[in-house]
Amino acid sequence: MSRSITLGQYMPGKTLMHRLDARAKLLSLILLILGLFTASSYWGLIFLLILALVHLSFTGVPLGYILRGVRHIFVLILLTLLLHFFFTTGGEVLIREQLFVAEITVESEGVQLGTTVALRLIILIFFTMLVTLTTTPLALTGAMESLLTPLKYLRLPVSEMSMVAMISLRFIPTLMEESDRIVKAQMARGARIGEGNFLQKARSLIPVIVPLFVSAFRRAEELAVAMEARCYRVGARRTSIRETRFAFKDYMVIIFSVALAAIMWFTPL
Amino acid sequence: MEPFITACNVFYQYESPSGPVSALKGIDLSIYSGEHVAIIGPNGSGKSTLLKLFNALLEPTGGEVRVGGRDTSDPQNTWEIRQECGMVFQNPDNQIVATTVEEDVAFGLENLSFPAPEIKKRVNEVLQAMDLDHWAHHAPHLLSGGQKQRVAIAGVIAMRPRCLLLDEATSLLDRRGKAEVIDTALKLNRLDNITLVNVTHFLEEAALADRVIVLYNGEIAIDAPAQQVLSRGTWLKERGLDLPPAASLANRLREGGIPLSFPIITMEQLVDSICSWKQMA
Repeated sequence: MSRSITLGQYMPGKTLMHRLDARAKLLSLILLILGLFTASSYWGLIFLLILALVHLSFTGVPLGYILRGVRHIFVLILLTLLLHFFFTTGGEVLIREQLFVAEITVESEGVQLGTTVALRLIILIFFTMLVTLTTTPLALTGAMESLLTPLKYLRLPVSEMSMVAMISLRFIPTLMEESDRIVKAQMARGARIGEGNFLQKARSLIPVIVPLFVSAFRRAEELAVAMEARCYRVGARRTSIRETRFAFKDYMVIIFSVALAAIMWFTPL
Repeated sequence: MEPFITACNVFYQYESPSGPVSALKGIDLSIYSGEHVAIIGPNGSGKSTLLKLFNALLEPTGGEVRVGGRDTSDPQNTWEIRQECGMVFQNPDNQIVATTVEEDVAFGLENLSFPAPEIKKRVNEVLQAMDLDHWAHHAPHLLSGGQKQRVAIAGVIAMRPRCLLLDEATSLLDRRGKAEVIDTALKLNRLDNITLVNVTHFLEEAALADRVIVLYNGEIAIDAPAQQVLSRGTWLKERGLDLPPAASLANRLREGGIPLSFPIITMEQLVDSICSWKQMA
């Protein structure tokens, strides 16, 4: 089971979205999110929604896979919508209903705010998926490191942080295999794992989590020695095998995103 | 000829809750370029400690270790020494850093700040030479134990070292994985003249070396050609080292009056010598 684990939502492919430089994708994502939150009219939001959907269809990822990814967040969106409907006041009263002891009203500003916030959330998720579906976690980590490079001048350990991220990605499958093994070992000794009510379930995880932590610390120590043996130095300059250069298409994507964000910012759209 | 690694009256002491412990007590040895040396000894004999002195992961608390003429306790030499003497550890899962094979092999070169095209070139060369190119873009957890250890060796070889240090690198592997790793190391030793120092507790592996050093209680008990060391079955047994099954069977046959020829370490040798004895009889 844990052998087939895939990280994030990456779907391999060779489309234009896949081939764009991860840094260009991240930058555009930030710009589009900026544009999204300054867009104030329905027209602007609907335009962005269509833009996101068209691009998602270009990635060649099946629609079912995309919708499955949004499933959990859908509850959140619904909740936002309802809360705004019932609790934001202002404008015309659209519905007035007596419910038991309280009077519930839905007012026009509540409807407007609710739908815009929900639309924004949906668009935000689609834009983000556009990046995570087409970029490997590794490329994303690399892109983040490279975009955060200026923070090195503020003495923030940017490359160390990206090393931490990479090692975490590398060890997730290893630790999952290990927890599988520990669960089986404890069950062989008669432990009841994942049975009973919530409290019992939580308590039954202790004999799994403690050995897992002990082993993770031991692994960390050994890995540190192995890294030092291979000339790793904290704070020293490193190069990377992944040499990425911006191509024409990457510049175009960024220019397009800047323009879009500016339109959303400066016009009433 | 100038030796590649020299240890001169080396002591190593570390603190433990019950007071200072001497792991190494006055080690003197030289290892020459291109040699294949096996270091064996029971648990706690100091063999891993000794190996870690050879690439400056540890500093001797007394005496001097020199690698390629450089003193290992001078911090200025540390990185050159670690590039020249690459080390492969016991647990394959705890020494692979990156999320793909290719990136892991590149790790050492990235640390040494090589430019990207050079890293790519060397990584491809090494992966091809070690027959790992098919796995270049695979996640390491999808490989077998033997393959993971070969990835670790590839990561060392990409730095073009003069010496490969194996710290019980085969002890967690199955039979096939062991053979895979040892064959790879032997090839590097014979074809590319890379010095090989193998710390192991498998005498079958030690038998493949030119020279075997037995450590006992932090001291060198014997330092001699492999056949000479491995013919001393009872002596080794007294020091907590078990002969391989074929060798101990051969010894018992000899005790039973069958004059088998020396030396016998592997099953093949045992079969050969029984056959030749039968032909003579």
